[in-house]
Formats: sequence, C-alpha cells, structure tokens
Amino acid sequence: MGRKEQVLGAAGEVLVSSYLESLGAKVVERNWRIKGGEIDLIARHNGTLLFIEVKSRSSDRFGHPLESIGREKALRLQRLALAWIATHDQWGADYRIDCAAVDFSDRLNPVIDYRPGVL
Amino acid sequence: MSLGRIKSVALLGIRGVIVDIEVDISDGLPGYSLLGLPDTALQESRERVRSALLNTGAPWPNKRTTVSLSPAWLHKSGSGFDLPIALGLLVAQGVIPQERLAGQVVMGELALDGAIRSVRGVLPALLAAQEEGIVSALVPIANRLEALSVDRVKSIAFADLSQLMSYIHDGLLPDYGEAPEPQEGKNLLDLSEVSGQRGARDALEVSAIGGHHLLLIGPPGTGKTMLAERLPTILPPLTQSAALEVAAVHSVAERGVERPLLSLLPPFVAPHHTTTATAMIGGGAHTIKPGACSLAHGGVLFIDEAPECSPGVLDALRQPLESANVSISRVTGTVHFPANFLLVLAANPCPCGRFTGKGRGCTCSSLQIRRYLQRLSGPLLDRIDIRSFVEAPSRLDLASNEPGESSEVVRTRVISARGIAEERFKKEPWSLNSKIPASQLRERYRVRKDGSAFLHAELDHERLSARGYHKVLRLAWSFADRNGTTTPGLNEVEAAYQLRRGIDPA
Repeated sequence: MGRKEQVLGAAGEVLVSSYLESLGAKVVERNWRIKGGEIDLIARHNGTLLFIEVKSRSSDRFGHPLESIGREKALRLQRLALAWIATHDQWGADYRIDCAAVDFSDRLNPVIDYRPGVL
Repeated sequence: MSLGRIKSVALLGIRGVIVDIEVDISDGLPGYSLLGLPDTALQESRERVRSALLNTGAPWPNKRTTVSLSPAWLHKSGSGFDLPIALGLLVAQGVIPQERLAGQVVMGELALDGAIRSVRGVLPALLAAQEEGIVSALVPIANRLEALSVDRVKSIAFADLSQLMSYIHDGLLPDYGEAPEPQEGKNLLDLSEVSGQRGARDALEVSAIGGHHLLLIGPPGTGKTMLAERLPTILPPLTQSAALEVAAVHSVAERGVERPLLSLLPPFVAPHHTTTATAMIGGGAHTIKPGACSLAHGGVLFIDEAPECSPGVLDALRQPLESANVSISRVTGTVHFPANFLLVLAANPCPCGRFTGKGRGCTCSSLQIRRYLQRLSGPLLDRIDIRSFVEAPSRLDLASNEPGESSEVVRTRVISARGIAEERFKKEPWSLNSKIPASQLRERYRVRKDGSAFLHAELDHERLSARGYHKVLRLAWSFADRNGTTTPGLNEVEAAYQLRRGIDPA
C-alpha cells in the first residue's frame, strides 16, 4: 500500500469516527489488528458493538468502493468481530457489522456512505 | 425500501405466461440477486442491464438489489427480461414513476450501449397479454410489425433506452418514419410452371382437397420437389386465426422458414433428410423450440429423399400425424406445439433412381430395389393415402408452350370441393375426407354400389388390403367433391384406386 493510500485511508477513518460520534456512538478502538486481519473501527452505540470496515476512494472511476466487499469478505469481518468479542470478554453483547465508504472525489467535501448491518 | 414492479411475458411453447418482475433495493452491501429460476442468458442480464443503464446516463443502484420473477416455479429463459428489469430498477430508484408503467407489458433485450434488441416470441407473448386484459406494451423496434398485429394491445416500439426514457418522462413518441405496410409476399411459385404430369397434378389436387398425405415416387429430376413446393399455392388460404397461430409458432422458433408476417399462404417446410428427430419434432434444453413439423403447421411438410432419413426420424412423425400436435417434455417443463400439416414424402424408386418405366438404366439389384422403399416403415405408410408416380415429362410436354393449369384455377376448385365436404360434415367432428373414421365409411359415408362392387372384386383377388380399401374410399370422396358428385361412384373409386397403385397388398 502506497503512502498516499495510507493517508487517504486514515483520513477516511477519522471522518467516519466523527460521523459516528455525532450520532452518539462512542469509538472503542481503531485499527485493531490480529493475524487474521484488521478491523478499521470498533464503536459502541446504545449497547450494541459496531464493527466497521471503512473504504476510502479518491474517485469513483473504478466503481463503487463497497462493491469490493463480497460475501466472503463480509464473513471474514464477522470472524474478526467474534475474535475481538472473545479477546475482550464481551460474550453475549449485541453486535453489528457495518460498512462505510468515503468518497474523496471532492477533496473539500468528502461524502460518507454509511451502510449499517451488511451481513 | 424501494420497490419497482413491471410486467413481462415468459413463453411456454407458444403459450405466454404473464411474469411479474419485482425489483427491491434495500440498504446493505452492493449486490444483485436474481430469483425465479433464470437460465444462463437471463442470469447474464445483470451485466447487460448495468452497462445499458450506465451508458444511457441512468443510475445503477450500489445497494442490495433483489430482482424476483414470479411465478417463481416457472423456468424463465432468454434475454427478453433485460428491458423490464432495467425499468424495474429505474422505478425502484425513483427515476421513473411506477404509474407510467401500470398495466403495460415490457419486452426487450438490451445492448451494452442501451439499444433495445429484438426478442423472439413477441406475437404469442402479446396474445397472452391481450387475454389477460393488458392494453399496452413496450417492445423493441425490430418487433414492431409483429406487435402491431395484435390489435387489442397498443404497442409502442423503441430503438433504445433513452428514447424510452423520453417517452416515459415527456410522453414523446418515437418517430418511425413512414410505416411500412405489412406486405403479402408475392408468391413466385405457380403450378402452371409444371409441364405435363397429369397424374401427379391430380394427386396434388386431391391431396389438397381431402388433406390426404402424399408419397411421390420418381427418378431424380422429374419434378417431385417442384410439385411439392407448389402444393401450398393450391391449398385454401389460412384463416386469420390460423395465420396468427402459424405466425406465433414461427415467432417462437425465430429461424428456418422466412415468411412474411401473417401471410395467409400456408407454410412450406422442407427439412433435409439428415435431420434429427429433435429437429423434426422440436426440443431443446432450456428453451423448447418447435421443430419442422410445427413450423409446417397449417401447411406442408415436405421430406425429400425420405428413404434416406435416419431410422426413427420419420417414425417420430407418427404421433403428430395422429394428434395434430406435439408435446415435448424437458426438465424445464412440458410444452405443446400445434402440428397439423400435410405430409409429402418424395423418394426415388431405387438407390440409383433409374428404376422407372422400362428401368433400363438401373444398376441396382432386385433386392436393393425391394429394400429401398421398405425403409419407409409400415405404420408410417399406413398414414399416407396417396402414392403417386412422377414420370419424366415427355419431349412433347417439355416442348409445349401451353402452360398447365395455374395454381389460381386449381385452388378455386380445391376451395369449392372443401366447401362441399365441410357442408357434408358439419355435424361431424371432422371436416376433411382423410379423417372419416372407418366405421363411418361403412355406415353413413358409403359409396355407390358400382364403386363398392369394383373394390370388392379387387379385395377378392387380394389386390387390395382392408386398410387400403378404406383409404380408397376416402380418396373417392375427395374425387367426388372435386367432380361435384354427391356420392362417389365407379368413376371416383377407380380414380382413387389409381392413386394407390402399387401400395397394396405389399
């Protein structure tokens, strides 16, 4: 991953976190990484744990960013979420897998496309 | 949640079934699922619809999209659902209002650039829609004339998606230019081109009058094909409803015989003798298509070099000959096609084809000659009333400048003869002489004494079988109808007997 993409990705994650906080959610963790992969954002909203995959794109020339998340990738996200729940001793908590796309084609006005409950 | 609902039509044989296409767009990851037993071509519609929408500047939903075709149990196939799916997506996205498409059926394949391509079976589909009380339809421009022949459904044809969109948004009708009149194709064949051949001409005419199947035997180059091709020109023209049915079969097949839409000329279909039983009867894995015998519905099925057909191909015709329709069953379901045709078989007298007249040029052994026509199975020949020998025309016939009787003249006689038969049979379930049941030939439809005496003598001499006896009687009725005789007598019976020369009691 190039430097530019990393910066874009981080910027997207920051945007999504503040979007979530504006809704009243509390961001628990960012970029939680284990051997099996990474969860971009983990938040808690009204007692529900949210595991969020954030996709950032600088243009929509290559299709919608969320199109790259297929069924398999969504299931992998769920496995990661369960791993987080297990390691943080949160068994029994309600949880949800969400996706967010951040479109930076207009640098000054990035647009967030938030999709709750993708599984 | 947003929904779009469009109606279209699926084909089961030549029967159309109204299909409801529902498009649901809901939050979730971008994805597309197509429900309702689609085949591969239909499964691929996603890619066509997507490109067509994007290339016309219409949006594609990057959301969870579910397209459902109901009734769900019916196997659906083909690309004709592209356009209704695309419109359903546009309705679900709020681009076009649902009300603009209420009560309409939509059909059409989409090209990647948004052009609307023709689909098969528009005619039967719209007939089904008409029965369901649907009053308007959106169809591909290439199918416009076909669609216009269904008069109680108002069809609007479009060349591409953007034309269709501007119709929906602003009511702009596409400009078709000068509407071409549906033309009755000039039939170039005429019986007057056949020189001589008195016997074969008679056989052809009687066959047309009574609906008798026909076997033409003769050496190569004597005009068997020429005669058979002209049989449709002396048959009575199709009725409007029959023409519609014929056009529906051809619309579903979308191949083979090119004939003008709604032509009243009975079709002529001549499959090659190497054809398979499936091509003859109809079939196919996903889409069950009509075979040659259904394409010949209402007209003539001509098989040249009949003894050369693979075993089984001709015998496959026995069922449609009996019931006038075919039923084909596949995994995807069972469909029925009409198959009411006049069968004309042509054969050489022997493998080398020269065993005729004095038979001097023939190089075949007597065994070969005997076996050759035996390749036509007994049960099949049983259904063929007329066997006619086509001799090489004499030098005199060829030199003659006087044209033979024209199709027009013969056809007038055929029509009036059929009229007489119909009048006679108006209380019966059949209307053609070839369909008189054997029992009725002995009761209500007996020939005059002198005629039956002649046949009884032939029976006694074992020159005629019981089966042949009934066939001669049916033929005699056709001769009587032609001559205007109320009941066949010796004349008619003798003439009829001539047409079975050499069939019995072999």
